Amino acid sequence: MKPTQPPSKILRAYGDRHGDGMVQLSFVLELPPSPRAREAAKRFAEAHGLREPLVAAMEECAEGYSFFVVYGHSEHSVDAATIDVPEVRVEPLGREEIEHRIKARLGRKLVVVGACTGSDAHTVGIDAILNYKGIAGDKGLESYKGFDAHNLGAQVQNAELAERARALRADAILVSQIITQRNCHKENARALVELIESQGWRGEVILLLGGPRIDHELALELGFDAGFGPGTKPAEVASYLIDRLAPGAVVKHA
Amino acid sequence: MATVPMDEEKVARCRELAAAVADDVQSYIDTHTSVGVERTTLRAYGAFGVDDQGIPLVNAAVDRYHAAGLLPRGIAHFLGRAVLSGADTIQDAAERLAYGHDLDRGEGGPTPAEARAALAPHTQAALDRIDRGRDDREAFKRSVGPGPTPLKYVIVATGNIYDDALQAKAAAFAGADVVAVIRATAQSLLDYVPYGPTTEGYGGTFATQENFRIIRTATREAAEEQKRYIHQTNYSSGLCMSEIAWMAAVEGLDMLLNDAMYGILFRDINMCRNFVDQYISRRIIARAGIVINTGEDNYLTTADAVEKAHTVLASQFINEAFALRAGVKEEQMGLGHAYEIDPWREDSFLTELAQAQLVRQIFSRHPIKWMPPTKHKTGDIFQSHVHDAMFNLVGVTTNQSIELLGMFSEAIHNPMLMDRYLSLKATRYVYTACKHLGDEIEFKADGIVARRARQVLDEALAQLEEVADAGIWDSIGKGAFADVKRTRTGGKGFSGVAERAPDYLNPLLDALEGR
Repeated sequence: MKPTQPPSKILRAYGDRHGDGMVQLSFVLELPPSPRAREAAKRFAEAHGLREPLVAAMEECAEGYSFFVVYGHSEHSVDAATIDVPEVRVEPLGREEIEHRIKARLGRKLVVVGACTGSDAHTVGIDAILNYKGIAGDKGLESYKGFDAHNLGAQVQNAELAERARALRADAILVSQIITQRNCHKENARALVELIESQGWRGEVILLLGGPRIDHELALELGFDAGFGPGTKPAEVASYLIDRLAPGAVVKHA
Repeated sequence: MATVPMDEEKVARCRELAAAVADDVQSYIDTHTSVGVERTTLRAYGAFGVDDQGIPLVNAAVDRYHAAGLLPRGIAHFLGRAVLSGADTIQDAAERLAYGHDLDRGEGGPTPAEARAALAPHTQAALDRIDRGRDDREAFKRSVGPGPTPLKYVIVATGNIYDDALQAKAAAFAGADVVAVIRATAQSLLDYVPYGPTTEGYGGTFATQENFRIIRTATREAAEEQKRYIHQTNYSSGLCMSEIAWMAAVEGLDMLLNDAMYGILFRDINMCRNFVDQYISRRIIARAGIVINTGEDNYLTTADAVEKAHTVLASQFINEAFALRAGVKEEQMGLGHAYEIDPWREDSFLTELAQAQLVRQIFSRHPIKWMPPTKHKTGDIFQSHVHDAMFNLVGVTTNQSIELLGMFSEAIHNPMLMDRYLSLKATRYVYTACKHLGDEIEFKADGIVARRARQVLDEALAQLEEVADAGIWDSIGKGAFADVKRTRTGGKGFSGVAERAPDYLNPLLDALEGR
């Protein structure tokens, strides 16, 4: 074992007593409520590694279907020490610092183009990051003097997004994917990367992916530079872009 | 019932201003048509089916005449001439328009008046078909009887119409009164209506005539089993809003999401196209007795629900004015609003209560559509369930007419069978436990609720003054609604709009307009 490796940290779910493994599970089985259905739910929970499952609720939620709530002791555990999750590691910068860095180090506006792509018509995420009003008190990229932000809106096709980004000489493209049924978001996001690669300008642009089912690891896997999940603030995206395009130590202002 | 102060003169002034806004647009609508309007006309006359590429006959016919610059005269003009030139049926006539060797340029031959006369029996048949859809639906509704208000409205959205049918029946079993099949998100920008039953869709299921039939059969069966009428809803929105309105009318749907401005604001559909299309969609809806659900609730997902609450009210007045101009009755206007204020804000509940009560009072005859929290929902399903309970409490206290139930999994996925079941159960609890709460309480004369209601009406009035002054075209250009800005010639579908010629012919529209 290397000396730098952290000691293992075995975790079990914690409910009442340390290490009791208590979890709750709810699901539907295609059976009307009956003693047999209750037993089926119990065995179903056991098959998931729950010891001593307690079927706390069994209700007919549709004709011939039962809804169950089951509590039980999970036998499973995880070793948190062995886990390495790629994260976007950027020091969050203040608005003043962001504006200053763009002005001082870049000497021009940072051009960002964003869209909800494919069939997705849900612009909540892209609007939160790009539009002036932002989200939860953190104003969007449009509100910065140093950003030239273009929000193309909903249902933008990859080809159209790439064309607009190219024409605007975008530094970065932000793609938002909300609808995730049967993984359509992955295919569509990957297709954009492939399109830009085939056009030969992948090296000239930073590609960011955002959405409720997106994390940094998935974004990297799909060929993006970074991924941002739910709850991301505009300042975090701005800080990431500054880190990539105008890096350097934070200069303290008087 | 507990009421909030409502200045009748201000309400009347709001209606006057909204009327001026709608009249300005109506003069544009009355002199224009669109590929959507003309396709709807062909469908209503009886043209149906698709070619081997999936292109609907009505698209093939209308696109051909539009490309030739002949749409200003109305597709009915050419349909009538095809009938006079020997077509056996409307279908045969429409096929001649779409695929016939020679394009009829309308030169010489029968006049518009002769074409109108040739179509007369078919115009009557088209009206009869819409009326039959309404009569059948209303007779069945009377025979089983609807549940009490607020009607409990849930969505199904599996992407597969057969799963949707199963989930619709499950929802009815669990207590739903209204079932909406959410539409695949891609459909609003398709300039044609897909055909037949569909089993693949993202974010929802395609609206097709066959899919409407499949769900209608399921909801009728469910109504008979549950001894309670189950309403069926779909979306008359997007580039095919008027065609879908007709499909819904003849298949006996009860409600349609239908808004005078939603497509412009949230789907970037061109303003001209949207205003023209919403009009004919509402003419059909009026005839079919369908209840519309307007989309003002969406404003609060992009704009702040406290600061921009008045834009919802202002837009409701405008939607009402547009609907009246299309012959839609107040009893058919399910004006939309929503519980979207940040739940952690102090007195957010009272602020919601104030607006819900104000809307209820101003639109007293309208089947108001009350929408659940979505914007501030997170993956914490347990908190979300409590949030929805507070929403339900406002809904029952202020007697909203149609309530779309919140789902605790709102921020996670399309509702699953168990999500819907738990939502319906919790709603039934709140509705039952608080059934007469609204009758028992009074709001303080100058309390938080009363002051908020007064403020929202004042701000809505001020906004309507501005919109009436600038006109709706420029107001939308400045981001008056939902903080979204659109231009008159921008957006999707503008190329499908045409100015009507002086001899424009559309006997069906004339009949729907009562002429």
